Amino acid sequence: MQASAVDIRKVNKYYGPFHALKDVDLAIPPGKVTCLIGPSGSGKSTLLRCINFLEEYDSGEIRIDGQLIGYEVPGRKMSGRKLRQMRRSIGMVFQQFNLWPHMTAKENVAEGLIRVRGLSKSEAETRAAEALTKVGLADKMGNHPARLSGGQQQRVAIARAIAMEPRLMLFDEPTSALDPELVGEVLNVMKALASEGMTMVVVTHEMGFAAHVADQVAFMEKGELVAVDSPQGIFHAPKDERIWNFLRTYHERNSF
Amino acid sequence: MEWSILEQYGPALLRGFGVTVLCWILGTIFGMALGLMIALIQRYGPRWLGWIIQAYIEVIRGTPFLVQLFVLYYGGPLIGLRLDALPAGLLGLTIYGSPYFAEIFRSGFRAVPHGQIEAARAIGMAEPTIVRRVLLPLGLVSSLPALVNFSIILTKETVILSIITVPELMYQVSRMSTETFRYLEANLVLALFFWALVETISRVGRRLETRITKHLIERT
Ligand SMILES: Nc1ncnc2c1ncn2[C@@H]1O[C@H](COP(=O)(O)OP(=O)(O)OP(=O)(O)O)[C@@H](O)[C@H]1O
Ligand SMILES: [Mg+2]
Repeated sequence: MQASAVDIRKVNKYYGPFHALKDVDLAIPPGKVTCLIGPSGSGKSTLLRCINFLEEYDSGEIRIDGQLIGYEVPGRKMSGRKLRQMRRSIGMVFQQFNLWPHMTAKENVAEGLIRVRGLSKSEAETRAAEALTKVGLADKMGNHPARLSGGQQQRVAIARAIAMEPRLMLFDEPTSALDPELVGEVLNVMKALASEGMTMVVVTHEMGFAAHVADQVAFMEKGELVAVDSPQGIFHAPKDERIWNFLRTYHERNSF
Repeated sequence: MEWSILEQYGPALLRGFGVTVLCWILGTIFGMALGLMIALIQRYGPRWLGWIIQAYIEVIRGTPFLVQLFVLYYGGPLIGLRLDALPAGLLGLTIYGSPYFAEIFRSGFRAVPHGQIEAARAIGMAEPTIVRRVLLPLGLVSSLPALVNFSIILTKETVILSIITVPELMYQVSRMSTETFRYLEANLVLALFFWALVETISRVGRRLETRITKHLIERT
């Protein structure tokens, strides 16, 4: 068996007294798409944000290509420099895009290449242009975020992440803040990325995307990782009643 | 009204106005710089330093500028801080304005969405770079109206410098009044100069605001 791109073992996370992640175990296979689904407040974002240590987990281990993230050894924090080094190869896309509003699309993408990767301005701009072309925004490079639609902004955010040439991409509900007619353009970019063999972890409420694009689907509830299975297994033969209940409310909410 | 005295006092008044503008510009720049430093230390510095700074802020905000200036100018020499009137006045203005500027920057920084800082962290950007490239530019934009507003308030605080004999406009106006008993004319001149200064500042401020927020405002 191939080594995991991300190996999550017995991870626990507390917000004060609140137990947000409970002994979570999950292996993310390289080159595959893993979707995280589950009801609101189940800990999906928390788990995803622990993977690049934007959120600190309290116990357990998360390894990226074998290397522990956030801690030197369990219990002893990693230096800021080392953490930043590891984050370079982990791209993240947020629900609210989080583009820097004072920079154009191209500047948003070039910023990390210049300030983090240390590329020259012209080299960074060339690569930024390539990344933006890839997400279909060749004609919007000079626009500031305020002059872009939500779908375009999210595609810039994806370009900003992939320009850094990450080995792993994390998506936290990338289409939840979008008007329904703009969801498709973002999902298409993500599908293209998946077909290139990018390792992706996607928190999503788009069950269609999870069913058709994911290689594995993980279901969370109340801080527990209830099940990991193929999309087929999760959506058509759920082994746990909690999954079944979740899917039923999902269908009820989305049918008319 | 007797405006002919202006022929005699005009040059002194103009010089006084020049000193006023100089005090205002330097006091504002230094005050902003100190305020910015304070705001950054409060955000990133160690807890104990934050407490010391909080105490400083409360003392400065809780006492009149006049009192601070007296303490600095007449009390300073007791601890070996012997300053001429103008440097003492500038230092006084800087200290007086700093807590207000710090507060403006602090809330400006708070207005920067946390997600935009996280996005920078997520690509591995170092914290000082995040401050320089994300927090400062966006924080300054949201601080701008309040900065302009407080620097306008500061123009009028400069008149207090006359008490320690800084030869600014108020000082010259007082001299003219006591020498000629033309209180009304003298003070009308004072008002006119201040009106011109304040009007200019607020116009420039509005221009600046329109210019730097141009890209940030969503098209409707
Ligand atoms: N900073 C925080 N402080 C305290 N509690 C938090 C914090 N962040 C999240 N939580 C709590 O942890 C739980 C899991 O939150 P999380 O955001 O991971 O849920 P989620 O599965 O992503 O939900 P959603 O689908 O609504 O995004 C929730 O109950 C939430 O209230
Ligand atoms: Mg979430």
